[in-house]
Amino acid sequence: MSIRSYGGQSVEVNDEGFLLDQASWTPAMAEAIAEETGLAPLTEKHWKVIAFCREDAAREGQAPGLRRIAKLSGVDMKELYKLFPKGPGKLAARISGLPKPTSCV
Amino acid sequence: MSNTEIAEAVVPETNTAPEPIKKVSIICSKGSLDMAYPALILANAARMSGIDVNLFFTFWGMDIITKSKLNDLHVATVGNPSMKIPTFLGGLPGMEFMATRMMKKEIEKLDLPSIGELLDILEASGTEMYACQMAMEMFKLKREDLVPQVKGVLSAMDFFDKAAGSQVIFI
Repeated sequence: MSIRSYGGQSVEVNDEGFLLDQASWTPAMAEAIAEETGLAPLTEKHWKVIAFCREDAAREGQAPGLRRIAKLSGVDMKELYKLFPKGPGKLAARISGLPKPTSCV
Repeated sequence: MSNTEIAEAVVPETNTAPEPIKKVSIICSKGSLDMAYPALILANAARMSGIDVNLFFTFWGMDIITKSKLNDLHVATVGNPSMKIPTFLGGLPGMEFMATRMMKKEIEKLDLPSIGELLDILEASGTEMYACQMAMEMFKLKREDLVPQVKGVLSAMDFFDKAAGSQVIFI
């Protein structure tokens, strides 16, 4: 666990960089995490994925797996890998301020 | 010699975290349902984590990428110690059919993708899938018998060239 500063705000993150408190997430933080993980600048498609992940997690109580994102967000699997080349399974959740998804698909 | 001294193990000190895995190559040599799923799900999990993946299908693993077989993979009830079915019963007609149907139901309940969908997902993720040349000849398979997601046919030596720098997993 450590404290990091994202978008001018100090937040607690775990060893893998996932926010501990998803309520503390702000869009500015997503930009800052994107910068840190080499994804910046975020495009409209990234924001579409982020919006879906936050909404779905609020509804379901857990971060969506990648297959779920590809099926329901309107951004397909191939595109997800283009948007998050370093691993969409983890990065989509991390940038959305959610915990690492538990789903393997 | 009553007081044997045991030297404390010397553990080298490291300040750096272990190097993350960058690439895995999975050899899929079995075509039963309970061998196909672990291989494909592991490959998918690796890609979702940003790890590069090669899949090399050989021997019975060819069934996973053979058009006429991939939707009809079975669970083995004979020679499968985890099934807890006595061998003499496991061999009875219909046993394998039943066990396979039960597992497929569980897979559906968990909303896991079918083998066909998993192959699509893996292709979209950039997983490279290869068929073994020798197994192709052995089972008299042609390129058109294989699913289109397969990128090519390789000899085992070609496979090891492709696997450069990766961890190799045999399933």
